[in-house]
Amino acid sequence: MASAVSLHHVSCVFESGAQVVRAVDDVSLDIRPGEFFTLLGPSGSGKTTCLRMIGGFALPTEGSIAIHGEDVSHKPPYLRPVNTVFQDYALFPHMTVLENVAYSLMIRGVDRAQREKRARELLEVVRLPDAAQRKPGQLSGGQRQRVALARALISEPKVLLLDEPLGALDLKLREQMQTELKALQRKLGITFIFVTHDQHEALSMSDRIGVFNRGRLEQVASPVDLYNRPATRFVADFVGAANVLDGEDARRLAGHPSIMIRPELIRLGGPEAARTHGLVEDVQYFGAFWRLRVRRNEGSALLADIPTTDGNSVPAAGSAVHLHWDPAAVHCIAAASAGARP
Amino acid sequence: MSATAAATPSERTSAALTTRKGLLLTALLVPPLLWFGVVYVGSLLSLLANSFFSLDDFTGQVVRELSLYNFREILTPTYLDVILRTTLMAAAVTVACALIGFPVAYYMARHARGAQKALLYIAVMLPLWSSYLVRLYAWKLLLAKEGAIVWALQALHLEWLLEALLATPVIGGNSLSFSPLGTFVVFVYMWLPFMILPIQAAIERIPGAYLEASADLGASPAQTFGNVVLPLAMPGIAAGSIFTFSLTLGDYIIPQVIGNSSQYIGQVVYRQQGVAGNLPFAAAFSLVPILVIALYLWMAKRKGAFDAV
Repeated sequence: MASAVSLHHVSCVFESGAQVVRAVDDVSLDIRPGEFFTLLGPSGSGKTTCLRMIGGFALPTEGSIAIHGEDVSHKPPYLRPVNTVFQDYALFPHMTVLENVAYSLMIRGVDRAQREKRARELLEVVRLPDAAQRKPGQLSGGQRQRVALARALISEPKVLLLDEPLGALDLKLREQMQTELKALQRKLGITFIFVTHDQHEALSMSDRIGVFNRGRLEQVASPVDLYNRPATRFVADFVGAANVLDGEDARRLAGHPSIMIRPELIRLGGPEAARTHGLVEDVQYFGAFWRLRVRRNEGSALLADIPTTDGNSVPAAGSAVHLHWDPAAVHCIAAASAGARP
Repeated sequence: MSATAAATPSERTSAALTTRKGLLLTALLVPPLLWFGVVYVGSLLSLLANSFFSLDDFTGQVVRELSLYNFREILTPTYLDVILRTTLMAAAVTVACALIGFPVAYYMARHARGAQKALLYIAVMLPLWSSYLVRLYAWKLLLAKEGAIVWALQALHLEWLLEALLATPVIGGNSLSFSPLGTFVVFVYMWLPFMILPIQAAIERIPGAYLEASADLGASPAQTFGNVVLPLAMPGIAAGSIFTFSLTLGDYIIPQVIGNSSQYIGQVVYRQQGVAGNLPFAAAFSLVPILVIALYLWMAKRKGAFDAV
C-alpha cells in the first residue's frame, strides 16, 4: 500500500541575513494511510516546519514530498489534498460559523443549499449543531477548535494536518478534546498528522510518533517502543522522566556506556542485593506516586518513583536509602543523539 | 507608610484622582466636551438657524425671519447642477483613490519590510509635509499647455491620446489645467494618502494565518483576495473613502485653480459668504455636503462596510 504521506530526504533552509538555519535537516518519513501520526519535539525542532511543508506553506529546499503517491513538493496549498487545523484556528471573523465550515465547498462552487446542509452535518459531527449562525468571536476556545476541525474535514481530505491544535486550551478541556480527536480519527479513518511539544499528548493519542530534535528526526516508533526503547539519549530524556547515565558510572551499574532506567522501575529496599545507595535529596508528591531524588555516593543523582499505594510514608529528605531494580529495567541506548552534531 | 496628615497638596490631589475615578474622568472629558459640544455643535446649530434667514436684496441686511427661501433657491437647476457635479467628482475621486491606493497599501502591509517600509511611509506622507497651495500651483505648472506632462507625452508621441481625452465632452477642455479631468487628477493626488493609510492599517491587522487557511481550503489567490482580504479590508476602505469623499465635497481652492469655470459646492459657499455677503444662503448651502455625507454613511452602513470585525 502506498504511503499516505512520504518525505524523501527533505530539508528546509531559511536564510536571515548572514545566518543560515536548517529548520528541517534531511528528514525521510513514511506515514501510513489511516494512521494517527505525531510529530513531537521541543519548540524550534523543525516539527512545525515539517508540517507546513506537507501543507504547502513552506517549500522544501531539498528533497521531495508525496501525498498518496503524487509528488506535491512544489504545489501551492490549494492544489494539495490535505487540510489543516491551525494553531490559533484562523477562523474567518467576518463569516458565521456555518459560512466558515462551508468555505471550501463555496470555493468549489457547490450551491448554497447543498453546502449548508453538508456544513450542518459536519457541525453535528463535532457536536456544535447550535452554533451555525454565530460569529467565531462569540465562541469559546474549545468551540472554535471544533469549528476549525469541521471546516478542515468538510471537503473530506485524505490527510488532516493539526498544528498544536490543543495548545490554547486549558488542561481539562484539552484532555477531553484529546479523547474526542482520537475517536473522530478512528471513526473517519483519515490520516491525522499531529504536531505537539507535549509528550503526554503524543503518547496517549498516537499510533506512531516521530521525535524531532534540531531539525532532525531522532526516532520513529510506536508510543510503547518510544517509551521503553528510546533510540537516542535525547528521546530518552524528552519522552517521560528518565535516569540517563553515561560513561564509567553506567558501565559500573550495567556494563554499557549509555543506559536509561525509568524512575517507576526503581524500588526501595534493604542493603542486601541493592544496586546502589545514596541520600534522599528531595521528595515531590504527584498524587499517584512520590518522586525521590537520590544523590548517590558516586556523585550522580537518580529519580525513583515510589507508588503511594505502597503506604503513605516515604523516606524524608536526608535519609539514606538503598535502590533496587530488575536487570530488565535497564535500557541500553545504542546510538549517539542525531541532534548532537559538532 | 507615610502619615496622611503630612500629605502635600499634590499628594492629596493625586490620591483623590486615583481613588475617585469619576473625578479624573470629568477632569479629562470636560475640555473636549466643551470644545465639541459648545463650540463645534453650537456653530453647526447657529449655521442651521442662519440658513432659515434671508438677505434683503436692497439693503444687504440679513432679515431675521424664518423662511424656506434659501432652500427653494438651492433646488433651482443652477445649484442642483453644482451639487450633482461636486458629488459625482467626489465619488469619482473616491473610487480612483481606492483603486490606486489599495495595491500600494497592500504592498506596504504585507510585503514591505524594514527600510523599504519606512521609505514607503515617507513617500506617502511626505506630500502632507509641504503646503497644500505649493503643491496645487506645482500641479498647475505640470498640467499647463506648455507643462511637463504635455512635453513628456510629445516626447513619447502620445499627444493624440491627450487630445482625444481633452476633446471628450464633460471631462475635457482647453488644456489639462483648464479641464475637469485636471481637477480630478489633482483631487486624486491630494487625497490619496488619506485613502492609503487606513487601508494599510486594516490589511496589516489581517493575520497571515487567515490567508493560509483560505489557501489550505482550496482557494486560489484570487479567491482568497475576494473572500478574505477584501471583506476584512473593507472598514479601512470605508474610512479612507469618508476622508476622500468629504474632502472633495468641501474643497473650494482646487477647482478654482485647476479646471474650467464650472462651480463646486465649496466655491458657491465661499462666494456667497465672502463675495456676495449672503451669509444665510451660504449657511443653507453648506448644509448640502453634510446631508450628502450623511446619505453616504447611511448607504455604506447598509452595505455592511463597517460590519467586519
